[in-house]
Amino acid sequence: MNVSHSDKQQLIVIGNGMVGHHLVEQLIERGATEAYRIIVFGEERHLAYDRVHLSEYFAGRDAESLALCASDYYAEHGIELRLSEAVTEIDRDNGEVVTDQGRYSYDRLVLATGSYPFVPPIPGNDRPNCLVYRTLEDLDAIRAAAEKATTGVVVGGGLLGLEAANALRGLNLDTAVVEFAPRLMPMQVDSEGGELLREKIESLGVQVLTERATQRIEDGEASFHRMVFQDDKVLETDLIVFSAGIRPRDELARDSGLEMGERGGVVVDDHCLTSDPTILAVGEVALWNNSIFGLVGPGYQMAKAAADTLTQGELTFRGADMSTKLKLLGVDVGSIGDAHGDRSPGARMFRYLDQIKQEYRKLVVSSDGKKLLGAMLVGDNSYYDTLMQYYSNGLELPADPASLILPSTEGAPTLGADALPETATICSCHNVTKGDVCASIDTGATDLGAVKAETKASTGCGGCAALLKSVVDHELESRGVEVDKSICEHFAYTRQELYGIVRVEGIKTFSELIKKHGRGLGCDICKPAVASILASCFNEPITDASHIPLQDTNDTFMANMQKNGTYSVVPRVPGGEITPDKLIALGEVGKKYGLYTKITGGQRIDLFGAQLHDLPDIWQELIDAGFETGHAYGKATRTVKSCVGSTWCRYGVQDSVSMALHVENRYKGLRSPHKLKFAVSGCTRECAEAQSKDVGVIATENGWNLYVCGNGGMRPRHAELFATDLDDETLIQYIDRFLMFYIRTADRLQRTSVWRENLDGGLDYLKDVIIHDSLGIADELEKQMQDVVDRYECEWANALKDPEKLKRFRSYVNDDRPDPNIIVTEERGQLRPA
Amino acid sequence: MSTATALKTETEADVSWQTLCTKNDLVAFSGVAAWIETAEGPAQVALFYLPTGPNTPGLPGHETELYAIDHHDPFSKANVIARGIVGDLKGQPVVASPIYKQHFRLKDGVCLEDESVQLRTWPVRFEGDEVWIKA
Ligand SMILES: Cc1cc2nc3c(=O)[nH]c(=O)nc-3n(C[C@H](O)[C@H](O)[C@H](O)COP(=O)(O)OP(=O)(O)OC[C@H]3O[C@@H](n4cnc5c(N)ncnc54)[C@H](O)[C@@H]3O)c2cc1C
Ligand code: HEM
Ligand code: SF4
Ligand code: SF4
Repeated sequence: MNVSHSDKQQLIVIGNGMVGHHLVEQLIERGATEAYRIIVFGEERHLAYDRVHLSEYFAGRDAESLALCASDYYAEHGIELRLSEAVTEIDRDNGEVVTDQGRYSYDRLVLATGSYPFVPPIPGNDRPNCLVYRTLEDLDAIRAAAEKATTGVVVGGGLLGLEAANALRGLNLDTAVVEFAPRLMPMQVDSEGGELLREKIESLGVQVLTERATQRIEDGEASFHRMVFQDDKVLETDLIVFSAGIRPRDELARDSGLEMGERGGVVVDDHCLTSDPTILAVGEVALWNNSIFGLVGPGYQMAKAAADTLTQGELTFRGADMSTKLKLLGVDVGSIGDAHGDRSPGARMFRYLDQIKQEYRKLVVSSDGKKLLGAMLVGDNSYYDTLMQYYSNGLELPADPASLILPSTEGAPTLGADALPETATICSCHNVTKGDVCASIDTGATDLGAVKAETKASTGCGGCAALLKSVVDHELESRGVEVDKSICEHFAYTRQELYGIVRVEGIKTFSELIKKHGRGLGCDICKPAVASILASCFNEPITDASHIPLQDTNDTFMANMQKNGTYSVVPRVPGGEITPDKLIALGEVGKKYGLYTKITGGQRIDLFGAQLHDLPDIWQELIDAGFETGHAYGKATRTVKSCVGSTWCRYGVQDSVSMALHVENRYKGLRSPHKLKFAVSGCTRECAEAQSKDVGVIATENGWNLYVCGNGGMRPRHAELFATDLDDETLIQYIDRFLMFYIRTADRLQRTSVWRENLDGGLDYLKDVIIHDSLGIADELEKQMQDVVDRYECEWANALKDPEKLKRFRSYVNDDRPDPNIIVTEERGQLRPA
Repeated sequence: MSTATALKTETEADVSWQTLCTKNDLVAFSGVAAWIETAEGPAQVALFYLPTGPNTPGLPGHETELYAIDHHDPFSKANVIARGIVGDLKGQPVVASPIYKQHFRLKDGVCLEDESVQLRTWPVRFEGDEVWIKA
């Protein structure tokens, strides 16, 4: 029994999903924690997470990165969050809710219990490996089941069904979609659009079966299940995911006698109040004006209205727009307003169909042709933003509305950011208008990031990202703010622009570049950046006279400076494979020069404590023993970590060590905007941890899966699956292109992970460029990489041949004394700085 | 491999200039370190050589070609300043510490990030091919 605090009312929120969480945020924003003691119950074990991006869980995001707030957010605001604790009963007579842990009294109660996936009452629907797609736990179950499966079927060809189908495909299952209706996405598209969608999706290798009603599910012969349809046709599959619609989780409300809709849902008014005025309902459980809103935007609007209701505010919920734009299985689908045109008497339509490019667009306009009532898009969503603005702001259409959906050759009227009224909604998830964006710029926001942080625009489903950017850019420009992206005061260019200049003009030295395109002497920002660009393009030895002053001390002396001014030495050990003789050689060098030795995280050996003047002698001995420099000092290829793979390991399916050697020997010496780490694992057990690398390769039965843009370090990011079952040659080809494209377009000191997160168009765009060669630069990228590879030379071997270069390795130019400041002491049998 | 240059002192109207090394020991647009004798005992100095010429970057009105500044980095307490990158900030020649990246003005040793910190500097000049320093 939990007694409410005397001077505060007790507010209980049931459900810690997207809308329940938004409600809490809104309450905090309104200072409601002064008036209420708030307790939130969540049945799931996870803190509220981003269900809209749930599928990214399969692409490598974890529960923590999907979470909608920091783990201490609730506690910080004095709110009690009770996860893994479901409410089982509402006792309205006593004003209490009941869980298996106890009873809790409430003064006000909010239902935010969302919905559950509807599973059609088909005999056999409770067999093992019959799953749904709604929670993180569901996805864990699907992932586990998929490991033992080769085929999967999604029952339901709506929006979520296609998303689930994509996920199954991503798990390497042979995937089919079974839809009861005659076409896919019956809610969003018409028969013509549906047909196009079907063609596109089938071309991706997903089988589409429409007008199929499953009669029963039973044991299969070749697979785990057999689905039997109305006409006795059958389909065998190992795994079934039901996605046949959602139903409100209204059982608590029903049992406690609140007013319900005929087909479920808790009836609420404009204030989100249920038939019991102490109880509110928001999100997918709430039924307003006989409608359930299955999108997060309307849910958030309800949360705002409910927060106002609880704090004596004025905001009400007056329905919401259900327009959406999505990319399903890589296919753009958009639906605005009355897309079918069946809710607007007298409406007229324009349609555009291109069966070659597989695009379909439809406009529904008012009888006088002046207003847009709805629109439907399949194949190209670039028309969406403009149409949405016409629709939601009631703008008058151009004389020839058809021009809005014709392929944009030239002269097609696009609605620029400046044409939007102040009231135009930019972000519908957080209800941010153009006026709000302008206001945040007026009060000091000077870039997109600041506007997003302040207004929250584009932090919900993200659908408005492109529009927001164009509005922000336009507004900044019109205020005369020049967005300064210069690398430093010596060059009025970005790193990417400098890279272009160097390539196009064939400039090979810093002095030529700064003379032609910069000013002054340069500095510790632009010099290493230009050095890196020159090395990426021409791969000349960095110790050449014209390059040496540009380098950070680590590159200058080809060793890593440690905190007492000594250096550490890391010879390359490709793939982590090393002979006993080489190990002995390393040991002898370490002993002779009094070096501290440690195994690195990249499967090689670091020798610490070398004084500047000893470096050449140390390296002469290492090179004589067959070593090459390891570039541990450079923004360059570091290591390719590998497991032993099929040669030794009983699980291995490919020879990961040979591939690692091949990759490391190809890319060694490649300089880039930041360091590059690689790994190759011999099977999906992933012992080499390839998914934490910039480039990760994991062996499959049929070849190699390629992962890109991961990293460890301060802010770890899982690499994303980029391509599957590649042969050796294609694998190298993709890595060549990927690395050169990164080198060409990244900012200075930007790891591939951050670069990827900032890449407009994201992973799909990257795939288009690298795999489908959408920019037509693949050959060039490969050629540039081959150039760098061909010019590889061990930098230390090069320097040792040249007395001029060795001149630099003197601690003092006029004396042989060592630096008396370097004092060492012994610990665990080795020397370390005192 | 070092060329130990004999220290030669010249006493002239209370000013002691000493030879340090030759032009050939220097690295253009970069630094080297050397030992000098000062009234307070031996010290380590970082020498930076910024030549002017048709093929080198330059500052408007930039003439001085040679700077001598303390080799000791007060932030990391290591002797490393000669191994920093030289350049200019707002037209003033500076060196960036290779460890924690503070900038020191070559002219007077003042740290631009924290003006209360100042490195010692010494007058230096070329005498033919020789580098002379006053300490
Ligand atoms: C895969 C997927 C993709 C989607 N994509 C989009 C999209 O692109 N755009 C869009 O707008 N919407 C999308 N949606 C819909 C969106 O996620 C929902 O509209 C939104 O999550 C609804 O929020 P809610 O808080 O009402 O429900 P939920 O987020 O489902 O939260 C309800 C929570 O309450 C808990 N709960 C239920 N009963 C109890 C109880 N008795 N005691 C305690 N806790 C309880 C549940 O466990 C759940 O955690 C998608 C949904 C899915 C599943
Ligand atoms: C770690 C990876 C990811 C993170 C952190 C992330 C987070 C976000 C965020 C915050 C937005 C809002 C837009 C913005 O801020 O610019 C967004 C947009 C979006 N995300 Fe994700 N996302 C990730 C990966 C993915 C993946 C793998 C998919 C596809 C399965 C995806 C689908 C989308 C889509 C379609 C949008 C809208 C983008 C637009 O219209 O411009 N995201 N994402
Ligand atoms: S990743 Fe696979 S092949 Fe490599 S060591 Fe681990 S289990 Fe063996
Ligand atoms: S984790 Fe920190 S302390 Fe350890 S090596 Fe890296 S930077 Fe140094």
